[in-house]
Amino acid sequence: MGKKIGRSTVKFGSPVCISNAASIVGPKEGEGPLSEYFDKILGDELVGQGSWEQAESKIVNDTVNLLLQKSGLSTKDIDYVFAGDLLNQTAGSTFGFRGIDINYFGIYGACSSFGEGLGLGAMVIDGGFANRVIVSASSHFGSAEKQFRLPMEAGSQRPPTSSWTVTGDGCALLDKGGHGPFITSVTTGRIIDMGIKDQNNMGAAMAPAASDTIYTHLKDLGVTADYYDLIITGDLGYIGIELLIKLLGEKGIGINKKISDCGIKIFDRDKQDTHNGGSGCACSAVTFSGYLFELLKGKSLNKILLVPTGALLSPTSVLQNETIPSIAHAVAIENL
Amino acid sequence: MISNSEKERYKNIVDKASPKSNVLSDCLKAFWVGGSICVMGQLISNYLKSLGLDKGTASLYTSSAIILLTVILTSFGFFEQIAKYAGAGTSVPITGFANSVCASALEFKKEGIVLGMAAKMFVLAGPVIVYSTVSSVIVGVIYYIYKYTSFAK
Repeated sequence: MGKKIGRSTVKFGSPVCISNAASIVGPKEGEGPLSEYFDKILGDELVGQGSWEQAESKIVNDTVNLLLQKSGLSTKDIDYVFAGDLLNQTAGSTFGFRGIDINYFGIYGACSSFGEGLGLGAMVIDGGFANRVIVSASSHFGSAEKQFRLPMEAGSQRPPTSSWTVTGDGCALLDKGGHGPFITSVTTGRIIDMGIKDQNNMGAAMAPAASDTIYTHLKDLGVTADYYDLIITGDLGYIGIELLIKLLGEKGIGINKKISDCGIKIFDRDKQDTHNGGSGCACSAVTFSGYLFELLKGKSLNKILLVPTGALLSPTSVLQNETIPSIAHAVAIENL
Repeated sequence: MISNSEKERYKNIVDKASPKSNVLSDCLKAFWVGGSICVMGQLISNYLKSLGLDKGTASLYTSSAIILLTVILTSFGFFEQIAKYAGAGTSVPITGFANSVCASALEFKKEGIVLGMAAKMFVLAGPVIVYSTVSSVIVGVIYYIYKYTSFAK
């Protein structure tokens, strides 16, 4: 049985194995620096569907089926799925799982959904309620733009602080037993709002949440940042990472050499014109399921802290001139 | 609770860390692209007048021609690329208005031609129509008062 340590952390008595992962990404992500790590790169963003929303759900469906196929499992081998995305009513995931016969939990943590899912999935397994859980998180550039910003063909300039929503889905299979890598602990984030209102600067809105969660995680476990080979946030981007380093530095935690960000890793900002970096639920999900999982399997990384970050705004809250509440969940993944 | 002074301090840090748009280069780009659109409009207008159209009709046809061109460019996905470069250069002239209507119509047609395309077509352009109508009424009233008070004498 796992146990709660400190204020916000659960340390698993018997660590939960991430036995497999699958990722499908859009064409732009496929042109990025991580292209060789993804299972499948789509030729076009609509995937033969009629709308961005349908395309996103199709990607979700395909990725889950790919994960099952890669793992040699069928739907009846899976006890639960935790899935999240950015769309209203989390329609990207629910419509994606339509026709997939697995008990379903829909979650919303904005771009932190993958971390939320990994945490919940691991707790459910460690609690003895399940043997195998799938965690999925998806986003789509087109559907996210349509919901949160402007119609696709509307001509506008993106400010330099804005980020680019990743198209894709990342799925991880959590298993009671296996050879690893293992989720050893998770730190659930709190909602932090430092008063940032600019929806085009979400790195700045989310950095305090990431700082709070990482600080709490290290304190709860009684370890220093040096314990990890890599601490990687979800989609803070260049601005958010700079702020995170500053905020943690003020608390006496130096992480400059350890820190990276999925949003920075996934795109080449100079060649791909992505400004602050990648964002969206899929940003951390595909970067983990493709790239990081591969490195952990190959033992070139052995201890990482994955910290997916989420800006919990809504199109309505932005219009009502509200500030942006943010969250970050930390998931420690190690080879044992 | 996070205090207001903490939030203020963080805001200052964020302002320092966040890169700003290059206003000078954005203005120059907007100027030459926006200016070129206006020159193009003037050329079309001059040509129409040379065919014998009066000024009002020529202006009407010129606007229509630029709207049509914008809609074609938007539909084929070119306008967005020009606008990304030009910024206000394409959004301030009538091209910006035409693009916002066309882009919204394209984006929301999946939700049906009545409640999707037709209803959402003015989601960006709507405020422009509302406030230009309101301001034209205000200007009209001022003009009316001006005309029938000072000039009447």
